[in-house]
Amino acid sequence: MIEIEGISKRYDATTVVDDVSMVIEPRTIAVIVGTSGSGKTTLLRMINRLVEPTAGVIRLDGADNRSLPGYELRRSIGYAIQGHGLFPHRTVAQNIATVPVLLGWDAARIKRRVDELMTLYQLDPQAFGPRYPHELSGGQQQRVGVARALAAEPNVLLMDEPFGALDPIIRNKAQEDLLAIQKRFGTTIILVTHDMEEAVHMGDKIAVMDAGKLVQYARPAEILAKPASAFVETLVGASEKPFRLLSLGRVRDAVETGAAEGEAIPADTSQRDALAELLWSGRPALPVTGADGKPLGRVTVDGLVKRAARPT
Amino acid sequence: MTTRFDKLGVVIAAIVAYAAFAAPFATLRANRIVPGEARSILEALPPTLGPLLLAVVVVAAVVALLKTPLILRLAASVVALAALALLIGVAGGFLTPEGNSFARISPASGFWLLIFAFTLLLADGLTRLNLSPSARIAVLVVTAAAIGMLLVSGSWNSLSILKEYANRADSFWAEGSKHVTLALGSLAAAVIAGLPLGILCHRVEKLRAGVLNVLNIIQTIPSIALFGLLIAPLGWVATHVPGAASLGVRGIGTAPAFVALFLYSLLPVVANTVVGLAGVPRAANDAARGMGMTERQRLFSVEFPLAFPVILTGIRIVLVQNIGLATIAALIGGGGFGVFVFQGVGQTAMDLVLLGAVPTVALAFAAAIILDAVIEMTSTRRREAQPA
Repeated sequence: MIEIEGISKRYDATTVVDDVSMVIEPRTIAVIVGTSGSGKTTLLRMINRLVEPTAGVIRLDGADNRSLPGYELRRSIGYAIQGHGLFPHRTVAQNIATVPVLLGWDAARIKRRVDELMTLYQLDPQAFGPRYPHELSGGQQQRVGVARALAAEPNVLLMDEPFGALDPIIRNKAQEDLLAIQKRFGTTIILVTHDMEEAVHMGDKIAVMDAGKLVQYARPAEILAKPASAFVETLVGASEKPFRLLSLGRVRDAVETGAAEGEAIPADTSQRDALAELLWSGRPALPVTGADGKPLGRVTVDGLVKRAARPT
Repeated sequence: MTTRFDKLGVVIAAIVAYAAFAAPFATLRANRIVPGEARSILEALPPTLGPLLLAVVVVAAVVALLKTPLILRLAASVVALAALALLIGVAGGFLTPEGNSFARISPASGFWLLIFAFTLLLADGLTRLNLSPSARIAVLVVTAAAIGMLLVSGSWNSLSILKEYANRADSFWAEGSKHVTLALGSLAAAVIAGLPLGILCHRVEKLRAGVLNVLNIIQTIPSIALFGLLIAPLGWVATHVPGAASLGVRGIGTAPAFVALFLYSLLPVVANTVVGLAGVPRAANDAARGMGMTERQRLFSVEFPLAFPVILTGIRIVLVQNIGLATIAALIGGGGFGVFVFQGVGQTAMDLVLLGAVPTVALAFAAAIILDAVIEMTSTRRREAQPA
């Protein structure tokens, strides 16, 4: 659990982060969204003390984050940034081993962990381990960056626009990978982005920041349904709201009884994709199948449209 | 017309034509300081060897002139250079009158131009070969060994420079080692002081402009003036600081030369350290901090390795510059090869000037080749490492 209490950061006269308090539950993903200059990156960097706060306290599992020297604290927290920040003069394997080496793990344990992470990220340790970062594609570099952040099995992972430099298709894949790995390791992730789409997709909770202040901190559905201010409303994007709301739910939860013609939709498709499929195929309803291929019922345009309406 | 000319070959052929047929090959003087008489290739060599040398250089020039295979061009340049190197020694023996130990035979402008032309051809060929750094060092070693063998074999002993050397063999090596000590010692001192200063300038922005400007100004002081300026303070130190005089600190001599070379060396070392560190990607630095490296770990395992090739470039500049500048140290009694240069100038004995100048140039040249190779070896990874 991460407790942020009354955190502020001032540089001379300008206040970058203004009295922010929030609690991040363990094993969840909190996404901090905001425009550039909203203080979201500064807030993130105060958690691992790359930036020292002017006022306030941050506690990790109950312990003040100032109870350790900064560099020791940072070794226990994963850190991944936009443009990956890989060390160009070190091989992929050496890059991933950075924090374990700093922590003084023995060589065999480091190698085991590096191989495990590379395999997890679909990078063959034999082929990619000895390469240098420039020999990798952008997507591979990003994966190595995240693998490096996870190397020492941190409970908390901080990510500053980790997918910002990727093209849309690779970004999608990277997001799915991260969600899968978060489930697998149970890591608490705090992710900074300016992309509301990404926030709704990734976040268990979303924190919206504007001019250094925390404007709203809530579940995605609530942010979409009840934006706390005009700023949040703009950020959400008025015309996108119903679709974003739908993207939160799975088809499984919208199944109605009855049969329908056409190609079946898998139950774990997002409701948004299902609606798109219905509209595109020109049918009022489509059958739904479970993971085992058995029919579960059908999903209808009318049913989905009702779900896209503002929750009351 | 199918024949096409090589661009550089045209220049080389023109130089060879002038040097072989119009310029003197060797100079004969009755003694070491009088003006000499010019001798052409045919006059300077025995009747069989003269035409042979002419033939060799003409054929080699034609090879250079036309678009010929690389290997042929390299072979032509090596054969021509070897023939010139061997035959100038023969000319020395041939031209020296029997039993005359005052006469001096020295290579003349024609010889030097021929050497220049074929070295150009050789260098061009080697560049086109795109040799690896270690291969370049190997070529340097082979060349040095070949020249060393010619020197040891005595085939050049009849030439004037070596006669000057024979008269000064002991002091030549003493001054030589003083020269190298001066150049390398001041470089080492500059690196020891300049690296931390460069790191400091990188970290403390306020300091940067000030320090670099001061070093820039020092760089613009003419060397002789700097020696002069150092006499007073070093003299003061020698008399007032206990133990300084016994360490060799004096107003004139090695100490001011060392200090001056050190001061000249600082700018390239500090400036390149600053530039090298500034070139380290921001994201790499941020990641290093974010993953829990201490400042020292970040400096030694991220910033330094990434800045190293740039710093090494600064060290190369300093080394080549110092080997040349150390010549002037002789003016204030600092020793080095400059001693022969200034003695030679004083006596209008050109051969003595060359005895000081040739080894200096050779040293600087070798230092440049070696350090360039080292820089390339260390930066291969870095260049690959730049984000695409």
